[in-house]
Amino acid sequence: MAKTDFESKNTVPSSMTQVGIITKYSLLDYLRSRRFFIMLIITVLISLLLTILVGYYRPQGFLASNLSFYDSWWGNSVTFVVILSAIFFGGDAISGEFQNKTGYFGVPNPIRRSSIYVGKWIAAFIASLVMLGIFTVFTVGNGLYYFSGVPYQFVESLIFALIYMIAVLGFTFFFSSLFKSSSMSILLTAILFLFVFSLIQTLVSALVQIEPWFILTYGSTIIGNVLTTPYPPHMLTQSLGPQGNITLTTFNATIPEGLAIMAIYFIVTAVIGLILFERKEFT
Amino acid sequence: MGNPFKRPLHYGFEEAIAMPSIEAINLTKQYGVFTALSGLNLKIEGAKCVGFLGPNGSGKTTTLKMFTDLIMPTKGQALINGINVHTEKKKALASVGTLIETPEIYSSLTPREALTMIAEIRGVPVEERKKQIEEVVAEVHMAEWIDKRVGKFSKGMKQRICIASALLGNPSIILLDEPTTGLDPRGMSEVRDIIKSLKGKNRLIFMSSHILSEVSDVCDEVAMIDHGKLIVYDTISAVTAKFSGGNNVVEVGLARPIENGVVSQSIATLLSVVKTEKIDDKSLRIIFNGGLDVQERLLNDLVKLNVGVVSYKVASSELEEVYLKLIKATL
Repeated sequence: MAKTDFESKNTVPSSMTQVGIITKYSLLDYLRSRRFFIMLIITVLISLLLTILVGYYRPQGFLASNLSFYDSWWGNSVTFVVILSAIFFGGDAISGEFQNKTGYFGVPNPIRRSSIYVGKWIAAFIASLVMLGIFTVFTVGNGLYYFSGVPYQFVESLIFALIYMIAVLGFTFFFSSLFKSSSMSILLTAILFLFVFSLIQTLVSALVQIEPWFILTYGSTIIGNVLTTPYPPHMLTQSLGPQGNITLTTFNATIPEGLAIMAIYFIVTAVIGLILFERKEFT
Repeated sequence: MGNPFKRPLHYGFEEAIAMPSIEAINLTKQYGVFTALSGLNLKIEGAKCVGFLGPNGSGKTTTLKMFTDLIMPTKGQALINGINVHTEKKKALASVGTLIETPEIYSSLTPREALTMIAEIRGVPVEERKKQIEEVVAEVHMAEWIDKRVGKFSKGMKQRICIASALLGNPSIILLDEPTTGLDPRGMSEVRDIIKSLKGKNRLIFMSSHILSEVSDVCDEVAMIDHGKLIVYDTISAVTAKFSGGNNVVEVGLARPIENGVVSQSIATLLSVVKTEKIDDKSLRIIFNGGLDVQERLLNDLVKLNVGVVSYKVASSELEEVYLKLIKATL
């Protein structure tokens, strides 16, 4: 069919360009939203609280060595910052398109749904990255105040935290695609990451002595473990109780294992989430 | 009754240039055992405005959603300019402006930002974007709000911005789902004027509506649907000629009682008046043959007769009669 007069004026950009467009405006929406400022306040508060506590009480666990500082400060808190950021920015990224009806504005345009999905994912990643960046600055700033230099293990841990953030965002987007209700997707993602995953991980390893390789949070333990020397053993069994009749098993993911768990989680959840969004109907 | 699915004829000069078209081929949508749309076959081609009528739950919005990738057909195809929306969405919607239901815009964006996003997605040239956005926003009378955040807007204001977004990039096809929903009477009138003005710009406008007077005022053709099935598609005049006497009815309120002689001799003999009936001493029903122009002239004539006209309203239109007749027939 020949083109009409109108078609000749507009050239619909490539899908990659459209991903950039969605990223730009989703990010603008995030940066102006109340949730961005709330997350910013939470991140700054965690950082300030740690700064004040360490500065005032000078705990031995933090100040024994350069590495133990980063282990205590970063290793214990960064996953919390990552999870909260992912929930804040990814929890309703897709479900909100249905519940808030913003999808009716964007979807009926010459753009693939996959471009919208990827564009929103990148925007959520950048917004989460800002939070991780702020926490990193506070961590390194305090580290440099007490010790000279940044240990190379921290750089490794930072990279692992970034990979974990990618995996968690993949998961939150998958959950967001699964539901049409924003509150449902946010709530369930939060419950899973903050309670359920940790609980399953503990129960499975401690009581049944099975390595919880299928839990994302288990993979994320490499973020903190890399900051300890020597690296914790893969499996640790302790006998507890007066007669030593209670056996407690702890598993620690190896670095390749942790990376594989996070990568597989991201790939699987990203693909399923994308398929769900492609097929989901605006009814 | 003739073939209700017959396509209206096109004039020769229209055939000479590429014409925008939308086509439903056996388009079906089922939700479990419920059939929302059943084997819709409909081809609309050329620069015109087509009204899409049907009662609630008849399948109007379902049809429009399948033409815009908001839902997927269970069977059949939705084609725009001959391109399948579900297999080649980007290409199919390249020159389509849409307004389906009442979309929400990211609340922290301004209309300028939200429309720039749509303009960028549609590939409106950079040098034209600013001008086009300001023009469409002015067209929906939202110019003074262009840099205010959408979160503060009323439903009607958001609807205007969404209408503006449908006009961006000069689309050759515009799909509108009850475009005057949520607007105040002035807004409704303005939107109708916008749609009328778009008709003159080589566009195909396909618009669903519950408001029959709106369709008869704005549209050239009408497609009626009920229980997920197409009942009729033709020009409004052809539909009304087929299914009714082609008459309209107005009810006239008077300030003082009117004599029977004035009704039968002065009013009944006015041009285009088919029949007059006295409802009571101070009100009349006048059946006339013609459209809005005849309706306007009739009002002038009645005023000139000095019978004390204090109100003048359409009691039912020919399209309404046809609609009710056809919808009843499918019950």
